[in-house]
Formats: sequence, structure tokens, C-alpha cells
Amino acid sequence: MSTIVSLPDQSTARLPKVSYLNKEYGLKSWLLTGDHKRIAVLYMISITFFFFIGGAMAALIRLQLLTPYGDLLAADTYNKVFTAHGLIMVFFFLVPSVPATIGNFCIPIMVGAKDLAFPKINLLSWYLYVAAGIMMICVLTFGGVDTGWTFTTPLSTHYLNTNVVTAGLAVFVAGFSSIFTGLNFIVTIHRMRAPGMTWFRLPLFVWSHYAASILMVLGTPVLAITLTLVVLERTIGIGVFDPTRGGDPLLFQHLFWFYSHPAVYIMILPGMGVISEVISTFSRKRVFGYTAVAFSSVAIAVFGFFVWAHHMFIMGISNYSALVFSLLTMLVAVPSAIKIFNWAATLYKGSITFETPMLYAFGFLGLFTIGGLTGVFLGSLGMDIHLTETYFIVAHFHFVMVGGMLMAYLSGVHFWWPKITGRMYPEGVSRLAAVITFVGFILTFFPQFVLGYLGMPRRYAAYPPEFQVLNVFSSAGASVLGIGYLLPLLYLTWSLKYGKIAGPNPWQATGLEWQIQSPPLTENFDKTPIVTHEAYDYDWLANKTRNEVTTVG
Amino acid sequence: MQHFISPVLWQFLVKWLTHFAIFPPEASSIAPYADALYFFLIFISVIGLGAVAILVTWFSIRYRQSRNPVATQIEGSTILEATWTIIPLILFMITFVWGALLYFRIYSPPPNAMNIYVVGKQWMWKIEHPGGQHEINALHIPINQPIQLTLISQDVFHSFSVPAFRVKREAIPGRYTTVWFEATRPGVYHLFCTQYCGTLHSQMIGWVYAMKPDDYQAWAAGSTSGHSLAQNGERLFASLGCNSCHNSTPNAHGPNLASVYGSHVQLANGQYTTVDDAFLRDTILNPTLHEVAGYAPIMPTYQGQVSEDGLIDLVEYIKRLNSNYRIDQTIDNSAGQPVQTGATPAGTSAPPLAPGAVKP
Repeated sequence: MSTIVSLPDQSTARLPKVSYLNKEYGLKSWLLTGDHKRIAVLYMISITFFFFIGGAMAALIRLQLLTPYGDLLAADTYNKVFTAHGLIMVFFFLVPSVPATIGNFCIPIMVGAKDLAFPKINLLSWYLYVAAGIMMICVLTFGGVDTGWTFTTPLSTHYLNTNVVTAGLAVFVAGFSSIFTGLNFIVTIHRMRAPGMTWFRLPLFVWSHYAASILMVLGTPVLAITLTLVVLERTIGIGVFDPTRGGDPLLFQHLFWFYSHPAVYIMILPGMGVISEVISTFSRKRVFGYTAVAFSSVAIAVFGFFVWAHHMFIMGISNYSALVFSLLTMLVAVPSAIKIFNWAATLYKGSITFETPMLYAFGFLGLFTIGGLTGVFLGSLGMDIHLTETYFIVAHFHFVMVGGMLMAYLSGVHFWWPKITGRMYPEGVSRLAAVITFVGFILTFFPQFVLGYLGMPRRYAAYPPEFQVLNVFSSAGASVLGIGYLLPLLYLTWSLKYGKIAGPNPWQATGLEWQIQSPPLTENFDKTPIVTHEAYDYDWLANKTRNEVTTVG
Repeated sequence: MQHFISPVLWQFLVKWLTHFAIFPPEASSIAPYADALYFFLIFISVIGLGAVAILVTWFSIRYRQSRNPVATQIEGSTILEATWTIIPLILFMITFVWGALLYFRIYSPPPNAMNIYVVGKQWMWKIEHPGGQHEINALHIPINQPIQLTLISQDVFHSFSVPAFRVKREAIPGRYTTVWFEATRPGVYHLFCTQYCGTLHSQMIGWVYAMKPDDYQAWAAGSTSGHSLAQNGERLFASLGCNSCHNSTPNAHGPNLASVYGSHVQLANGQYTTVDDAFLRDTILNPTLHEVAGYAPIMPTYQGQVSEDGLIDLVEYIKRLNSNYRIDQTIDNSAGQPVQTGATPAGTSAPPLAPGAVKP
């Protein structure tokens, strides 16, 4: 069982005459499209827009924290800035990032279907996202909102006079776009697999999206209910969360985290799917322990619903419920550990090359491991008391969400860029960007772990001067990180016109999406594929390539 | 030297060399325990991260394409996968048990703890000592004496954090929470609000002054308002008209409150409950929440009529009814020591009155 795969000669590759990109022209053909690939591109443009708004907010935060006394922004402005950063990055970038773009593009092709099950609902999902986005822009333009992204009551319901209702409704609407995406994926994966595409021949990318979709469909309605209650409490004072009317302010946090903890798995699971594809492809080897990796995604999704109260260990929940939630939190860490080691073992006896997606994937492995292990610090009850609500939390979730998810997203964007656009990105500068991002990230967020143990609270517009040195390091790192994120925007845009023609399968990957032309036809396949091989079967690919050569010869 | 580099950079370097802390002071009896767990966690993190880093680096070098052009397909290995499932699981379980032990230690106050009330409000901490000392954004405590804080917020969520003591507890609107610590080193330590609470969240900070017992006695004697919380509570009790029903006469409408604190009472629904601070507070604001068996639910609500400070005074007053607090007060006044409660609770005339002693 050995495989020799050589990269194909790309100099002879030509862009196909007809593809989803040039089948129809004009703005209308894009805005009314039912094609999952076009919707994915629409999503990619919109989330990139919001990513850079959220990034600008992050830049303001780091500039403000350069000095201890808050010289740049007034306290209430700073609060609005970090709230906007959180809301935009979580609900308008991280949640839709991989699923709505790469997932939307690849999942129907990966299962061998012509489109998602409900193309119009898919388009509706994007329109809801845009509507929510416009509402959020309105919130920011007309005075902002300063609840923090968590909308904690009674602060959000009784003590602020900013645009809480509009912001809450924006997240409510964005939630429905996410529900529709998840629903589409579940139905497509169940009902539209090509002949021969059994569950255990699905790429792990599909498995992780399936797990994330379950979380989206079951979790997001709870967020919608919670935000509705906040809006009703604020507008007509129904009193569910108001202690003076017999309500319970802690109830809000239970409801909010019942969605928002699974939400971090909504964000990270699709990223894990990307890493499985990328590591397998660039080590030319099937993923070590396919079944374990597939089921660990499902295990994360299931356990992920039963750990929400670990956000509330210091808030007066009963000591015994704290015990149970801490135990479950420890258990949910295990499937993530399994995945990490399985990915590492995939490299064993592989034939490894280090293209940009692989570098980002290595970055993911390192940063996600740190993020996951520091999650164990926080899941440990006694340690959580000291660490929660400090910069340790900030560093932890940025390691998971930015170091993990954003790295995975960038890895995926580079990996599928040839498939989406038909052109290669420039390899040299993009490797440089991957390294810059990694270094900048460590420099930005590692000092925050130290700050957290020193006790610096999060969401402070000004802080005691003894914390300045570490904050200066963090801000310096953020500027490096900013360059790391601007570079891909520039060279990927450049590559749309000047990139080398990619050809159908530049990476010699095994997924069905690589066996069709780049960019694909609107209907993806000429004829419905019949799947006879396992996922990541590089022998099958080698045989197929050899046969093709024979036929042509 | 500073002529060669920019003054800003010079200042930064000087600051770095002189003010660079990576570890907070260990100033409470709990801090060494928290730090021990922290180091254990760092240790397993370094092991875990090291394992991943070594594997990835080694494989990347050994199996790079130029050295290993042919990949060998491997299905998986149940034994290996079981290994890296079980080892992390064991480590996480150790962490779980260790963390749980520490948690129960931090959140279970010892019976001889001295109780201090803390009210959080936008954007300050109001500290109320039973002896009548009131402080804002400052907390004076004696070292080597367990201190229990009873926290409540009068508006939004706040969180009381003293990093040097490694303790933190949320101050919740409408609910008492408690935390305790025992300072071990005299000094001045940061006190933060760590739960985002609105515009001036970052200014809701203060200092904890941990003092030697003698210094503390001197401070307490010099800073008292002259009226203990219980005395304030007694006045409030009278002015709100509480004693028209709770007057311990045979045909009173309300229960006799002497020695009610800490007792088990039967509720109208047949269940038993222990009377603690939270029970008293709830019953004043929302009398129908816990209807006590044998009494008609005729008590009016005092929601909106008593501030959180007033409620603390009332609770403290009802607590003190367990002993004859007037006698304590007289003894103290005659000794010229207006403060008696708390500082040395064991030395007071009525042993069972130590606050918090009877809490479940």
C-alpha cells in the first residue's frame, strides 16, 4: 500500500469555457441565484467586509490599551468598541465563516449532489445575514451599543440607553440565517448523497459540518428566544429577568450560554473539518483513525450542549451543579485531544509538503492545543475562580477562536481558492503571511495569559499602570497580526486576475470536488458520480490518474 | 544612554525592567493552593503541547516529501487511539478533582469567619462592617483571621475580585452570595470589579488593606460611625413598623424573631428550611415567597421601601436578636470599644453569635 503522487503540470491548464462564474452575467444573476457556489461567494464577500470592520474595532481596543489611563477613547466609547468587536466577530464572522462559505461551496460537491437540498432557503439565509448586517451597521452608526456581546441582564434591560433592541434583533435575524444553513446541510447530507457515498465514505469535512449543523439547528432557537425576552423586558417590562418583579437575572445567563457555549463548537467544528482535509492532502495519506475523528465531532456536538454553566461557576449556582458541569467540561475536552493526536499521527509515514494551507493547519494545531488546554484550566472549578473574567479568558477564547478557527478558515480559503476561482494564489507571499499571522498571534495573546493570572480584569477601558508592559507587547503583536490579515486580502484579490491557472486538481486531493473542473460547472457534475472508494483513498486517485493518461495516450 | 534611543522606548525599557511582574503576590491562605493547581496545569499543558510539537516537527522532518516520496497508507490504530484517549482523560480527571476540592475550600467559609457586607453599585463598592465602619472602594481587614464577605448588588451584576487572594465572587442583584479568605501578609492589594457593569466599569476598583490585628483594632476604633449595623437595623425595624406584628407578644400576628436566625422553620407547604441571610432578605421584600406555617400571609411587601443597605441593617439586627445584643453593646461601650463584632468574635460574651456560624 504505497502511493506516488506527483503534482500535475499546471502550465498546460486552461480555464474551462463554461463555469458557474461565467454561465450568467450581471448583478441580478448573482443576487437571485440559487447556486450554492455563488451564494458561498456572496457570503465570502460579506463576511470579509464584517471581518475587517471587527478588525478595525480590535485595532482601536489595542491602541486604547497601549496606555494605562485610557488616553484614546472615553470609557463609554471603549465599551461600544469592544461590544461591536465581539458582536461582529462572533455573529457576523465566526459563526458563518467556514460553514456559509467553504461549507456552502463544497458540501454538495463532496457528497456528489448538484446543489443543496433547498437552494432558495440557502439564498434566503444570505439575505437574512445581509439584513442583520445592515441592522448592525445601523446600530454602530446611530450611537452604538455597549452591553458587551453577552447582553447580560439587568445591565442590558434596565441600565443602558443605547441601541440594545436593534442590536438584539440584528443577532436574532442573523441567528435565522445560521439555522437555515444548518438545516440545508443536514437535509443535504442525509438525502442527497451520490450512489455509493455511504456515511463512512464521507470526507471528515462533511462529518464536522453535520455535527455543527445539529448545534445550529438545536441551539440557535434558544438564543432567539433569549434575545426576544431581553427585547420584551426592555420594551414592555415583562420581568422574566428582573429580580424586583420576581424574575431571575441568572436565568438569562443560563439561556444565553445554553446557545453560546455550543456556539463555540458551531464555530470550531467546521474548522476542524478543514484541518482534516488539509492535513490528509498535504501528507498524501488517509486521516489516521477516520472513525474516531468522525465520531469525536459528534461527541463534541452532544457533550457541547451540557457544559453551559461552566460560564457561571462564580455566580452562585449551587456547588453541586458546578461539580457536574466541571466534570462534563473535562469530558468534552477529550474528543478534541483525540482529534489533535489523530492529526499528528496522520503525518506519520506521510509524504509531507508545506504549502500555505498546511502551514496554516500547523498553526491551528499549535494554537488550538494551547487554547484547548487553557480551557481545562478554566473548567477546573477552583482555578476558574481566579481566572474567570480576567484577560486569561480573553486569551483562551482568542486562542481557540482566532488561533483555531481563523487559522482554519484561512487554511481552507487558500486550499479551496483554486477550486473557487480557478486560479492559484501566489505561494511565496502567502507562506510569509501564514508565518506572520502565527508570530503576531502568539505575541498578541500570549501576554494576556500572564495578565490574566496577574488579575487584570477584562473589558477595562483603563487599568493599573503595572499591567502596561504586557499590554504594550500585546498591542505590538496586534499590529503584526493586522499585517498578517491584510496580506491575504491583497494577494488573493490580485490572484483573481493574475494568479496562475490552477487546473482541476492542483493538490492531487481525493475529494469529489477535486475531480471536476475548476471553477466547477453550475450543476457541478456532468453526470451523477458513482462512488466506489473510501475518503482519502490516494491509491484510487493514483489509479484514476494513470488510467486517464492511458486513455489519452 | 537615553540619548541614543527614543525617550519613549527608553521609558518603556526602564519600566519593563523595574515593573515587570508575571506573578501576583500570594497574600492569602488559599493562594498557595491555587498556585499549586496552576503549576500542575501548566505542567500538563507543557507536556501535552510538547508532545504535539515534537510529533509534528519530527514527522515533518522525517517524512517530508523530498525524503519520503512515497506515503504508506495506515488505517489507524485502536491501541494508540485508546492511549491518547485515556491518558488525557486521567489527567483531566485529576484536574477535575483537584479543582473541585479547591472550589469547595474557597466557597465554604469556616464557622469562625468574621462577616463583612459588600454592596456593589454602579460604580463603587460599599463595604459595611457590622461594627458600623462604612467604606467605599476600600476594605480594611485583619490578617490571620478568616473573613467572610456577604455580597449583593443593588443594580447590575458586579464581581468582587482580589487577585492577591485568588478569590472572586459575583455580586448578584437580589441575592446574597458569600466568599471567604484569610489574609496572611500585611499589605495593600488590588480590588477589582471583574464583571462588566456599564460605563465606568474600569473605575470600580479599590484597595484591600490587610493589617496586623493591632493596627486593625486601631483603625476600627477610629473609623466607626458610632452606630453598629444592628443598631441601625433596630431603628429601621421600629420606623417601618415591623414591631407592630413581630413583637413577641402571645397574640402577635407575626412570628417572634428572637432566635429565629439559623433555626429550622416549617413552611406552609410542609417543607422545612433554614433561616439564613437570604431567607430574611427574601421574606422582607417578598413575604409570600416563603410562607411560614401557622401564620396568615398578611405581611405587606417592603419592595422598593428599603435599600440594600437598609436590608443588611435589618438582617444584621435580626441576627443579633439571637443573643441579647444590647448587653454586648453596653459591655463594649463601657469598655470604650465601639467595635466588638467580628474582630474577635470568640471573645464576645455570647459565644453562639458568631456571624455565619450557623449557616448551612
